[in-house]
Amino acid sequence: MNFTMHSRAKLTGWLFVSLAVILICVFYFYPMIQALLLSFKTGAGANLHFNGISNYKRLFSDKTLLTAVQNTFLYLIVQVPIMIILAMIISVLLNDSKLRFKSFFRTAIFLPCVTSLVAYSVVFKYLFGNDGLVNMLLTKLHLIAQPIQWISDPFWAKITIIIAITWRWTGYNMIFFLSSLQNIDYSIYEAARIDGASAVKQFISITVPMLKPIVLFTSITSTIGTLQLFDEVMNITKGGPGNATLSISQYIYNLSFKYTPDFGYAATVSYSVVAMIVVLSVLQIKLAGDK
Amino acid sequence: MEKLKRIIMYVFLAAAAIVCVFPFFWMIISSTNLSVEVTAGRMLPGAHFMENFRKLTASINLVPALWNSLKISLSVTILALVIASLAGYAFEIYRSKAKEVVFNLLLLSMMIPFAALMVPLYQMFSRFSRTMPFMGINTTVAVVLPTFTTAFLIFFFRQSTKMFPKELLEAGRMDGLTELGLFFRLYMPTMKTTYSAAAIITFMSSWNNYLWPLIVLQSPEKRTIPLLISNLGSSYSPDFGVIMTAIVISTLPTALVFFLMQKQFVAGMVGSVK
Repeated sequence: MNFTMHSRAKLTGWLFVSLAVILICVFYFYPMIQALLLSFKTGAGANLHFNGISNYKRLFSDKTLLTAVQNTFLYLIVQVPIMIILAMIISVLLNDSKLRFKSFFRTAIFLPCVTSLVAYSVVFKYLFGNDGLVNMLLTKLHLIAQPIQWISDPFWAKITIIIAITWRWTGYNMIFFLSSLQNIDYSIYEAARIDGASAVKQFISITVPMLKPIVLFTSITSTIGTLQLFDEVMNITKGGPGNATLSISQYIYNLSFKYTPDFGYAATVSYSVVAMIVVLSVLQIKLAGDK
Repeated sequence: MEKLKRIIMYVFLAAAAIVCVFPFFWMIISSTNLSVEVTAGRMLPGAHFMENFRKLTASINLVPALWNSLKISLSVTILALVIASLAGYAFEIYRSKAKEVVFNLLLLSMMIPFAALMVPLYQMFSRFSRTMPFMGINTTVAVVLPTFTTAFLIFFFRQSTKMFPKELLEAGRMDGLTELGLFFRLYMPTMKTTYSAAAIITFMSSWNNYLWPLIVLQSPEKRTIPLLISNLGSSYSPDFGVIMTAIVISTLPTALVFFLMQKQFVAGMVGSVK
């Protein structure tokens, strides 16, 4: 009797997970295998034939890809640390028990997350236009003499993308920091204060170590997010001027659907993103684990 | 000294709040003004919202796009919640070594970038177009199918299930409920906050999804809201008032969902992170 109950529960368990497992296999793992096969094929559109590792060779002499990778890594190195530090500072301030208007600040800072990436990108495109509001304001405040070419200058276009992503995602990351801060027992701080630890000392030796898992989590998800950057670049700068803001995802999109469709090479480029994500995630986990 | 620190703290938070809210403020103000007023930097509400709205509906398929987005987002949300919660619940309640392995494999799918999937998925749905046109390119089904099952949501439900009182299941079994009955009659009603948080996240990401619909929905009458906004934004002589009206309307549903369910959202998020 007990045995049949047990095996029935076991079967039920498998039945309950089966739908999700099948769907993920069909729509994630199967396409991944297809992409791997594709990456060894060349040809235009649907006329594809196997061609060994020629796509992989092309990968290393592709100037446009190099630009896209450089752009993406610039976003990664500059934007992710800024955003995570900002999110951490804001969440620590919001966690202060004496702070007033707490829920107002929290809601306001989380607000950007309710917009779609496309909608906010279009808004930013106009805010940062040559005669857009940002330039108008900066000129009026006499901070700049001439309007900054936010969208059409290679350097400033990158800055615009970085500002935009930071605006959209800081509040999102803040929520994770906030919920883990709320799990830190307040008595630890009490004890530290009695021992004479300053606020800065408390932050460094209590808050930061406690937040380490969340820092790891947010930096990994942000890294993956940045490597997949598409909507903003497509809608703010279209990858331009030249290829100054082109992201890897947009390049893959262009290879597949904009230029003469080259599905094989697009798949090869997308495998290079997979490789980067794996390497960076492992690195981040290792770095966090060693400390 | 302490007072100065407080002041700096408030100034910093206020500045952050203003930066975050300002684009919304500007977008809403601009939707009530004419294009020339927007470019002139007018910061006061105007009386032209209805006029912008009329121009918008006259020039593009706003209502069909809203309907397409709603249809897709609601189906994704409902399917996602049922499938992911069933799986998350089962991974936690009926634990076994083999299931742990499967669970970890599923988590790997979170690392796969969409860019790596888009070409094979496009090919897959092109093939469907020939054999089963109702789920091929240009259909709602094609947008929904690959997007509603995510390892993230399964993970989210599993984390929350850790806090579910297991004694309840024993009691339910004593009362003669089937395993499916336990799930629908005990688990689902108990986990309301988790479901709300998951619903908000899923609805928002589906409503805002851009890349996959861009690839799979090719005819104008099938377009969803983000595709439409993107198209408006790429025109050479933009009518700012009209574009901002479109953006305000497209943002309203997700903003409403968020504000109406904010309490449950925060409760659900905290529950799953703990």
